[in-house]
Amino acid sequence: MAAEHIVTGYDQDLRRLENMITEMGGLAEAQLADAINALIKFDTEQATAIVENDKRIDALESEIDAFTINLIALRQPMADDLRVVITGLKIATNIERIGDYAKNIAKRTLTLASTPTIGGSINTIARMAGMVQNMIKDVLDAYVARDADKADAVRLRDLEVDQLYASLFRELLTYMMEDPRKIGRCTHLLFIAKNLERTGDHITSIAERIHFMVHGTMPLDERPKSDTSVYTMVGPES
Amino acid sequence: MNDTSAALVRPPKMEQAVNDEFSPIKISASNVDVFYGDKQALNNISLDIEKNRVTSLIGPSGCGKSTFLRCINRMNDTIETCRVEGSILIDGTDLNGTEIDPVELRARVGMVFQKPNPFPKSIYDNIAYGPKIHGMAADKDTLDQIVQYSLERAGLWQEVKDRLNEPGTGLSGGQQQRLCIARAIAVSPEVILMDEPCSALDPIATARVEELIDELKQNYTIVIVTHSMQQAARVSQRTAFFLLGDLVEFGDTADIFTKPQDERTQSYITGRIG
Repeated sequence: MAAEHIVTGYDQDLRRLENMITEMGGLAEAQLADAINALIKFDTEQATAIVENDKRIDALESEIDAFTINLIALRQPMADDLRVVITGLKIATNIERIGDYAKNIAKRTLTLASTPTIGGSINTIARMAGMVQNMIKDVLDAYVARDADKADAVRLRDLEVDQLYASLFRELLTYMMEDPRKIGRCTHLLFIAKNLERTGDHITSIAERIHFMVHGTMPLDERPKSDTSVYTMVGPES
Repeated sequence: MNDTSAALVRPPKMEQAVNDEFSPIKISASNVDVFYGDKQALNNISLDIEKNRVTSLIGPSGCGKSTFLRCINRMNDTIETCRVEGSILIDGTDLNGTEIDPVELRARVGMVFQKPNPFPKSIYDNIAYGPKIHGMAADKDTLDQIVQYSLERAGLWQEVKDRLNEPGTGLSGGQQQRLCIARAIAVSPEVILMDEPCSALDPIATARVEELIDELKQNYTIVIVTHSMQQAARVSQRTAFFLLGDLVEFGDTADIFTKPQDERTQSYITGRIG
């Protein structure tokens, strides 16, 4: 932020909003890391804890909603302040969804824990998760630093996540073709991969909102897209 | 950038800004400098004011916004030491030119002040005075019509029609201000200048005047000086930000209040030390 406001309470409110977003983002980041860790190790204890911890993220979202509504009503923010407040409100929604995806991965981990692993899929998922985790970290850094260039760079990285998801999709379909007994497990893994892919989309959306917060406009260029899974068929019907 | 993305960037207009499309220029100021004695109050101001739009002038006290407003109907002529340079065209004619009679100009360019200042006369005479001295009414019926029309336009008719002979000063502050607006309307102006018209009014009276401004822009070009940025945001389609005698930024009101281009505008409207 530029100079301080004449009313110092206003600055405190804006900082508090930023702190809540950062805390919420940090929690979601940790939840996702834990969810992947629990999946790889089939750690049911950790997975159970993740499901429980999601409530904190949900509660923070409600707090941010109430806080921004008050801030708009009482401070009547303008220009960059207005953009910061609105962006905070919308980013909180994105982060809440990311938290839900981590929780969903943990729930599926509890289901999968009793089954043997399937090929290299878990490793591919772990790789995909690593990309997404780095994106979360960078997008939160960009938010705190009000760094639109960094946010724009994160936005473009979603392409790699989509590509990996498309190849994972094909891989898991192939396993299911080979052995119908694997359909249950593979479907859960497919949903886990989809959760990660959607997490990448929400991070992209956060990155675009940061761009808006800084510049007052949405990024103009079309983002490269490469989720080919929607066109993918494997097996006799293809 | 294709058409779709352009549409996304341009947000949908709010109700108050529906008539926000570009309108012909009514008043065009170019390179206006104003001096009070040795002190320069305005530096090289160039600003186009569109017809049938509300243009608000904002900025901290002493920034020159009222000085600029007063140039538009040559109110500064009345100040001995004041000197205006540059040109201000109204419908293409320089309003400081020899062919312009300041008295006629002030009928074309009406003004409403910060503090309601009705004449110490009846409500009727407050409105009738202008049309009478400008010879606009041939008979009593015409004058009655002008009075009724002006009060209706100012949203005051229903409240005062049964007491037109009572003194204007007996009305409430908000009513007095609307009476002054009616008085400005009575001489059929093209432009109405308002210098902080609501700063002495309570929020309800302010809302009534703002609603009136919104209606009046269908027929008049309005320039308003206001200290309330929320008011500028609510009533105007164009906003000019003045600072220390300079015009810092001028543009669509929605843009000025959501994404000002100049750091100084940003600091001022967000309540930071400028």
